[in-house]
Amino acid sequence: MEIKWYIFLSLALFCIGIIGALTRRNSIIVFMCIELMLNSVNLLLVAFSKMHMAGMNAFSYSMASSAQIFVFFIMIVAAAEVSVGLAIIVLLYRNTRSIDINFLNRLKN
Amino acid sequence: MDAIQLIYLVPLLPLIGCLINGLARNALSKTLVGIIGSAVVFVSFCISVLIFIQVSKEGFVTQNIHYFDFIHVDKLVIPFEFQVDQLTSLFLLIITGVGFLIHVYSISYMKDETQSGFGRYFSYLNLFVFSMLILVLGGNYVIMYIGWEGVGLCSYLLIGFWFKDQANNDAGKKAFIMNRIGDVGFLLAVFWMISAFGTASYARLYNSENGIISSITAINSPAIVGITLLLFVGAIGKSAQIPLYTWLPDAMAGPTPVSALIHAATMVTAGIYMIARSNILYSLAPVTLAGVASIGLITAIVAAIIALKQNDIKKVLAYSTVSQLGYMFLGLGVGAYSAAVFHVMTHAFFKALLFLAAGSVIHAMSGEQDMTKMGGLGKKMKITYATFFIATLAIAGIPPFSGFFSKDEILSATFAQSPVLYVLALGGALLTAFYMFRALAMTFKGKFRGTAEQEHHIHESPATMTVPLVVLAILAAVGGFIGIPEVFVKNANKFDEFLSPVFAHSTAFMGMREVSHQTDLILIIVSSVLVIIVSVWAYNKFKNYAPSTVGADNAFVKAIKNKFYIDEAYYMLFVKPYRALGAFLNNIFDKKGIDGIVNGVGRSVNYGSRQLRLLQSGQVGSYLLLMVIGLLILFIIQLFTK
Repeated sequence: MEIKWYIFLSLALFCIGIIGALTRRNSIIVFMCIELMLNSVNLLLVAFSKMHMAGMNAFSYSMASSAQIFVFFIMIVAAAEVSVGLAIIVLLYRNTRSIDINFLNRLKN
Repeated sequence: MDAIQLIYLVPLLPLIGCLINGLARNALSKTLVGIIGSAVVFVSFCISVLIFIQVSKEGFVTQNIHYFDFIHVDKLVIPFEFQVDQLTSLFLLIITGVGFLIHVYSISYMKDETQSGFGRYFSYLNLFVFSMLILVLGGNYVIMYIGWEGVGLCSYLLIGFWFKDQANNDAGKKAFIMNRIGDVGFLLAVFWMISAFGTASYARLYNSENGIISSITAINSPAIVGITLLLFVGAIGKSAQIPLYTWLPDAMAGPTPVSALIHAATMVTAGIYMIARSNILYSLAPVTLAGVASIGLITAIVAAIIALKQNDIKKVLAYSTVSQLGYMFLGLGVGAYSAAVFHVMTHAFFKALLFLAAGSVIHAMSGEQDMTKMGGLGKKMKITYATFFIATLAIAGIPPFSGFFSKDEILSATFAQSPVLYVLALGGALLTAFYMFRALAMTFKGKFRGTAEQEHHIHESPATMTVPLVVLAILAAVGGFIGIPEVFVKNANKFDEFLSPVFAHSTAFMGMREVSHQTDLILIIVSSVLVIIVSVWAYNKFKNYAPSTVGADNAFVKAIKNKFYIDEAYYMLFVKPYRALGAFLNNIFDKKGIDGIVNGVGRSVNYGSRQLRLLQSGQVGSYLLLMVIGLLILFIIQLFTK
């Protein structure tokens, strides 16, 4: 399969993520949308890695493998972020009995 | 021992005196302050005498003493150097000699001051002597300028010495500002000189063998005319010539010894010293010399006319000083440099004497300066009267007193230049004789016109005041004999002979025109006879002066009494527009313009940030949106800049 399809899919996922993050008020949905954007990037990285693997010389091999390692980094950071983010949402719910993202505006001032 | 090695002590001692008296004025007793102040000047005087003896020896050549480099930038080197020649040594003697007498006189005259004020007074006076000595000792124009500014400062400080009276402060400021106008000219001349010749040292400019100026033979070249004119502007300010003379009569607000030292004997002659020092430059610019002569002559006559109707004894002397300075400039202008310097010297004697005698009178009258309230003082103040009388004879030019010789030398040089100028100058001399004998008669003759209390108080001044008077009177009487004209005794003009090395180059260049002995003799006889007639007439006219109540003054007399309304004219022409400009700049330009810009910047930042603050709404959604928009903009920029 050509690389371009991977790019289209990844772009589509990213846009869905952005639109979701911008439009939805439920903070869990927003959170999921952010995860979606992260994973679209992961997908792109893996796709490019595979593409470079096909060429197979010493330089591109190291590039390809480092892209895949990068994906793991992103997944780990995302996991850490999720744990913190969910904790924030739990606290938000405890304080406001709601998970509407606009309630966060009381943090201003 | 070589006295010239000690020359640094001459200005240094008065400076030390100034520091001691100034810093310890609250700790030292008045007697001690007076002794220190006078002693430092006396030691300077002694060294000056030693230097004079060495300079007057046969075969003396001008010496330059280099101390250190004052300014050293790239190729421009301005050393701190002294130059010792005949002119310098003569001025050293006048400054320290007359200065010392006036210091001694001041001890009594200022005895009623507070301890602190007394110390302050002597500190200023010593500082003045220091500055004046730097002025005449300096070996280049920059060092001269240091002294030039220093004497201006001291003049300001001493005119405003009694600063609790606002009028004195105003007089001080007037003197300072008018001097500054002249100083700008001096400064520009120095800059021009450095850019044109690359140096301001006399030694490099005027040396007769390899001096820069000596190689120039073209007369009236633009640079030299410009430099000399600008230097002359400086001299006009410092030596109180038309149009910058109005500060000098106002300067009489200071203590009388100050008027004698600064505004008669020394500081105001700085302009004459400077032109005499630059004589080679001036000889190359006959155009400027003509200007110097005309300004001098006009000043001499106008000031003498104003002096005719002044009733304040010090004002009479002040205008007389302005007038005599005019004569000196006339002398310089007709190329009679050494005659002008001769008149500086005799004038220092008799004018200092006149002022000190007037001070003695004012002291006796408890501060009264109006001559219409005096009269008959001659009987009670014999020494003051006698010395004032001698000084009057000297200034009027009655032979054989000193003023006669110096004035005659200037007059005969003027005759050689142009008989018309001579007639005008002689007219001025007659006016001088008239107003001086008027002052003499009004003060010392006739009946006393003051209050009974004042009459009871009149007394002869103490010895510290009368001794300087007597010494100066002797000098004023016999000082002229060092410059006896050729007509009377052959080769008797020791003064001209002494100064001739300084003016040698100019004399050779200009080819001094001299009148024949016969003409000179006629001139002397005519002028002496006329002066004596006028003197006797004025003396008799005012011998029994009584303030007249009848008869209104005609317009001319009224104009004279009001000093030709020159102060008023200056006020209208310069002060008022200047104040209006100041008010405009203060009220409109500064408050509306500058303040508007400053406040406007502040206000617009304030307003802008108030608007920007609204962006921080706290809506997480909008933050995200802005972030995405920002990213998009970055993307687009990336796309288009590739």
